[in-house]
Amino acid sequence: MAILLNRVTKSYGSRRVVDDVTTSIDDGSLTVILGPSGSGKSTLLRLIAGLETLDSGTVAIDGQDVTFQDVRDRNIGFCFQHYAPFRHMTVAKNVGFGLKVRKQSRADIDRRVGELLEIVRLSDKANRYPSQLSGGERQRMALARALAIEPRVLLLDEPFGALDAQVRVELRSWLRDFHHRIPVTTIMVTHDQQEAMEVADQLIIMAEGAIQQTGDPRHIYASPSNEFVQGFLGPITNFGGVPVRPHDLEIRGANAPGEHAVVTAIQNFGFEVRVDLRTEHDTSCWVQLSTREAETLSLSVGDAVTVSVRHEPALMI
Amino acid sequence: MKRPTGLRVVVLAYLGVIVALPVGYLIYRAFSKGFSSFMSQVTQPGAVHALVLSLEVAAIAVPLNTIVGVGAALLFARHRFWGHRVLDLCFDIPVAVSPVIIGVALVLAYSKIGWWGSWLATQGISVLFSVTGIVLATTAVSLPYVLRSTLPVLLESGTDQEEAARTLGSGPLRTFWYITLPVIRWGVLYGVVLTLARTLGEFGAVVVVSGNISGLTQTLPIYIYDSWDQNYNAQASFDNALILAAIAVVALVVLGILRSKERNHRGDLA
Amino acid sequence: MALALSDHSSIVTITPPPSRRRRFVVSKIGRIGGISLIATYLSIIVVIPVTALVLHGIGFGISTNGAGPALWRWSWHLSPMVFIHALQLPGAVHAIGLSLWLSLLVAFINCVMGLAIAWVLVRDEFPGKRILDGFIDLPFALPTIVAGVVFVFLYGPASPLHVDLFETWIGLMVALLFVTIPFSVRAVQPVLEHLDRADEEAALTLGAGPVRRYLTVVLPSLAPAALAGFGLAFARAIGEFGSIALISGGVARTTPGSAYVFMLTGSFQWAQAAAVSTALLLLSLVVLITSSVASRRISKRLGS
Repeated sequence: MAILLNRVTKSYGSRRVVDDVTTSIDDGSLTVILGPSGSGKSTLLRLIAGLETLDSGTVAIDGQDVTFQDVRDRNIGFCFQHYAPFRHMTVAKNVGFGLKVRKQSRADIDRRVGELLEIVRLSDKANRYPSQLSGGERQRMALARALAIEPRVLLLDEPFGALDAQVRVELRSWLRDFHHRIPVTTIMVTHDQQEAMEVADQLIIMAEGAIQQTGDPRHIYASPSNEFVQGFLGPITNFGGVPVRPHDLEIRGANAPGEHAVVTAIQNFGFEVRVDLRTEHDTSCWVQLSTREAETLSLSVGDAVTVSVRHEPALMI
Repeated sequence: MKRPTGLRVVVLAYLGVIVALPVGYLIYRAFSKGFSSFMSQVTQPGAVHALVLSLEVAAIAVPLNTIVGVGAALLFARHRFWGHRVLDLCFDIPVAVSPVIIGVALVLAYSKIGWWGSWLATQGISVLFSVTGIVLATTAVSLPYVLRSTLPVLLESGTDQEEAARTLGSGPLRTFWYITLPVIRWGVLYGVVLTLARTLGEFGAVVVVSGNISGLTQTLPIYIYDSWDQNYNAQASFDNALILAAIAVVALVVLGILRSKERNHRGDLA
Repeated sequence: MALALSDHSSIVTITPPPSRRRRFVVSKIGRIGGISLIATYLSIIVVIPVTALVLHGIGFGISTNGAGPALWRWSWHLSPMVFIHALQLPGAVHAIGLSLWLSLLVAFINCVMGLAIAWVLVRDEFPGKRILDGFIDLPFALPTIVAGVVFVFLYGPASPLHVDLFETWIGLMVALLFVTIPFSVRAVQPVLEHLDRADEEAALTLGAGPVRRYLTVVLPSLAPAALAGFGLAFARAIGEFGSIALISGGVARTTPGSAYVFMLTGSFQWAQAAAVSTALLLLSLVVLITSSVASRRISKRLGS
């Protein structure tokens, strides 16, 4: 285990931001801490880094208790949400800063910085200033800077939060690929469940300072441990008093087995269609259909249909 | 939208009468008797001595207030501690009240008639009618400028860069020197120029504590005052006033440059 | 991958060895040391003198005799009569009153003119505007005694303009208008720069003329800043000495508070000087607090 957190607690004044968190993170894994804003996930990351001091509990990295160790002795790589570039230094100077602190020789620094810029594809921008880079480039520079010191753990705080939608998607797959090549234990914090599902091989879901569930992302999606996790990972609708994923419901003709319902609204999003229904028990629910399914059914408002849970459903409580 | 040119005329006229006219008149009068007359007035032994004393006082007050200002800015920006509001407020008192009152306050605290005076006297320190008093008064009235120009820059820049440096293994001194200082340098320099301008020009507080002993405790502003008030030497007043005015104008130009540097620096990642 | 919670049982809470704690302690000592240094510096330069002034002013005379730290052997004799007596000195009340109404007048005029000047500097466009902008700070950077010398000649008995304001309140006012201009303009200007033009454009689309737009849309958003500027200008005016030292002529009629205090120090009437200073201090405190409270009220009501 690369990182062990034991009963970690942190309060700001009377507010418990991180409440008795105990978990472990596998060596070489890419773990994502997912939670809504204010869930304490960034604070937890900063506690692991040593940027905040914890009130009680212990933090161990690679079997060594680091609870009372200063940030700068922990040898961790930290990428800040807004990248925290050193504005008055060039890209190369930024990346080499940690090595200079470690009193490496000029030649060693230059060589290592060259390698890293190669990896993050910024070799041609070595002498630019952060202000001359795009958001994605700044992000990659921050990553190179954090990696330069060969950290035991790489910590990423909302790494793609400030980027355009398209760049985010690009960087996500780049990060996966990158982690594959350099398998340093990585913890990333995000509030974006799609991002978390795509990137993580371990998922930690947090709310109100406490861990809600940990494990494999697909497993968590399929069997969330509570309603919060279920609702946070994807849309849910209420069918027969039970929360269900709207894509796990099926619409069929009025005579098919299932609950009778009337179509009350149809919204076409292009890649999917949302159909709102009113059931015979006078409850409402909605169903997510693929465009093709919707075309086959050719529904219109007022149609009588039946709705049922798809066979082999991932029904969850 | 249509621009009201009438307002422009009113504003320019007001500024012309209130600001431009006096300044123009100063320059005109200083040189009205020719450049050589100007030179002879500003090289009078009394004037030179006063200027040197002013510079000496500034050489003590400016570094002191710079170190304290930067230190206080760092503390106020990075730590919330008990009583920081009170300390913060104390910095503004000297510029919020009359310099004459600051002078009187210093006399009542440190002169022979004041609280500490007798004790200080036994230590061989005399505050009233002395250079020590002038330094004290000048330092007091130029206290907040570095703090006030540095603090907003520190608050705006946030702690991200410093934290990043710490995660990379940088200690407090290195972090301050390589990360924090480059961020705040224009702000600090701005405050230093303001402090310098204020120290060189301070009159009210200094005239109260100095006792105005010519050739000994006369700074340049007091020399200018004295030239007219005691000796009715208008020309000496004007010519030396022009020296101070020139310093002020240079300071203004430097401040303008620093402001635009600061703006560029801030705009970097905006 | 399943997370085996039993793993955690292997970690026990370890009391950190002293060496690991060292850095925490060092940084804490550094902070406390820094705070104490600054507090000491402020005490010497500001707190002790101002306390001494006010205590003397309200009649807490502290007599010292002989050598040794005076504080240890002081004898208290609180006599508020000192304060009363000082204010009964010929000219004291007049000087304070003159300071008060003159400073209010000057702060008001420059509050209005500051709004106009800021408007022209931000919204108008003409050659030389940037120079004019820098020019606004000149009265702030210019040593006050320089202004004093210029005014006594420009508007004195030998005025080249034949405008003799020597020993008149108008002369004082002109000098005070000069020194307070930067405060009034700079308080408003940044707010005007950041004002959302959309509000005005909305008013424009609703058919509001320039004056109405200014009064109903712009002015209310500038009011808090303008009030703050009023407070600063007032504080500066009531404390101003150098620029009026000469044109006031030293006659009672045109000697405002600060100049009056200076006159008292010239005749070594320190207790009286302390009393008048304390009164002036209270006045500027009241106005500063009032203007900042009013400014905060307004900006709260505007919901910004």
